[in-house]
Amino acid sequence: MAGKSKAEREALEKQNAAIMAVFERAGFDYIAPDIIQPADIFLERSGEDIRARTFVFTDPSGAEMCLRPDLTVPACRYHLSHADKPGDEARYCYLGQAFRFPNERLSPQEFSQAGLEWFAAPDPAAAEARILKLTISALEATGLTKFRVTLGDLGLFSALLEDTPMPKRWRSRLQHHFWRPHAFREVLDGFTSGRAAKRTSISPWVDRLVTEQPEDVVASTIEALHLPLVGLRSIAEIAARLADKAADRSEPRLPQKNADAITGYLEIVERADNLEGHLNRMEPTRNFNAARRYFQTRLAEMEELGLNPKRFEFRATFGRELEYYTGFVFQIDVETEDGFVVVAGGGRYDNLLADMGSPVPVSAVGCAIHTERLMAVLA
Amino acid sequence: MTSLTLGLPSKGRLMEQAAETLELAGYTLERGGSERGYRGVLKGIEGVEVAFLSAGEIAQSLRDGKIDLGITGEDLLYEKSDPAENLVSVLAPFEFGFARVVVAVPECWLDVASMADLDEVSENFYVAHGRRLRVATKYPNLTRRFFAEKGVTGYRTVESLGATEGAPAAGTAEIIVDITTTGSTLAANHLKVLDDGIILSSRAVLAANRGILLDFRAIEFQKKFTK
Repeated sequence: MAGKSKAEREALEKQNAAIMAVFERAGFDYIAPDIIQPADIFLERSGEDIRARTFVFTDPSGAEMCLRPDLTVPACRYHLSHADKPGDEARYCYLGQAFRFPNERLSPQEFSQAGLEWFAAPDPAAAEARILKLTISALEATGLTKFRVTLGDLGLFSALLEDTPMPKRWRSRLQHHFWRPHAFREVLDGFTSGRAAKRTSISPWVDRLVTEQPEDVVASTIEALHLPLVGLRSIAEIAARLADKAADRSEPRLPQKNADAITGYLEIVERADNLEGHLNRMEPTRNFNAARRYFQTRLAEMEELGLNPKRFEFRATFGRELEYYTGFVFQIDVETEDGFVVVAGGGRYDNLLADMGSPVPVSAVGCAIHTERLMAVLA
Repeated sequence: MTSLTLGLPSKGRLMEQAAETLELAGYTLERGGSERGYRGVLKGIEGVEVAFLSAGEIAQSLRDGKIDLGITGEDLLYEKSDPAENLVSVLAPFEFGFARVVVAVPECWLDVASMADLDEVSENFYVAHGRRLRVATKYPNLTRRFFAEKGVTGYRTVESLGATEGAPAAGTAEIIVDITTTGSTLAANHLKVLDDGIILSSRAVLAANRGILLDFRAIEFQKKFTK
């Protein structure tokens, strides 16, 4: 339908006022980030899904701009341009429209998003619990009573990988593919089966690395075949990756038991308060143990705030498709006749501000509520 | 009875071959009408008007339902409409217009053989150069779908309106997605197709908008051209 009627607008405004009252009362500054944003930040930092769904246009000076597809990046830009020191603690809340080409039902072209962003919080576990608590309080303030909370923790997965003996580049390959189950499986199988040894069209050059230096192989081949060096990558970059390929060949395979531990972990779906019992079955290792303790600390913080982790479900793979999150993640959905509808989500994203040009690393945790969806499920 | 509109390529080799194929099947093409040269009538079947359009316009108009039938390449058909949307159906494949839509990278990238390599390179590239790998193409939708299927995400597409194969040398993109028949243009520009970089083996087809699949003329065409 084109636009909202007076009654619809008033109902939405009333609902959203209740959400923002909860956020403001908690001491978050109500800011208004720009609607029109430089397209680059979104096109370069977001996943392809958001990229393909962003409204991009050219302004009269020729610069590529876009309508914000979400408010997290605009809130980060706000922080970087307003804060005296980006590393100082800041708490923001916002309510505003975001714009995306629709790809499913209940996903209109423009929708309003209410959210929180907490930068450089002094106590990370407490901040995560608090953001979840405020999200739930805001939803309850609008009259929502029945909903499902799913938790994830990308920190547990990173720690597990860190403790698994394998070359660093394998680890980063698994990290990179984490949120694509199929590709992940394939990469992991490759590590246990030694598939890296399969012949491809570039194998002849990898062969030469047994006796020759990578840069020499690349430079001499390019010269012998009269290849122009186009595509911006330097001979050193090409040689470094070729060397990785050669190293992969002689690398011992990943023991099956380690691969099984990783896939076993990823299969975990468990009530959040039972997770510790479940993880007891796994071999204890250093980083993973620390991540487990952190998870328990966060649960304790949640209980402190009056939340009941017995009601939350932990899923090890949750957070996969949300690219910029780095640790704690959560999602709240509501069951309707057409299945579950996601009304809110959030988590920790510690790399985004640095990626956007902050001179110092800034930790960040936040949430977003999809207010029209909430309205629809409340109706 | 309402007439159906059949979109035919307005120029080039594709036009000649489409006309030949129709004639071999016993139809005659009469150009004319008020917009002389751009409209026509097909004789030998009842109520089929012809619109001469570019191959890309045919694909777009089929999707939008502005024409009912059309002869065009699968590359353009699937670029303009996602097969998953099910808006356009292929009635019959033809024995001409063969070409492939491929992912090609600079030949000097001696470390890149597959889409999986490209995915890794895209990550390193972002770290080293502070921006995404650029893909020049006139097929942004085919590119997006194929790259997503292969799990490659660290790139952005750059619209190319001609001479796509020159983009890496010109410095406007690092890699390309383009159509090729013999591969000689790619080779001349020192580009190589990835081992698993064939997005689509395309040919000319007769396609129809979903809305007229049960029309007797669609059925007659399908019979004639798929024996």
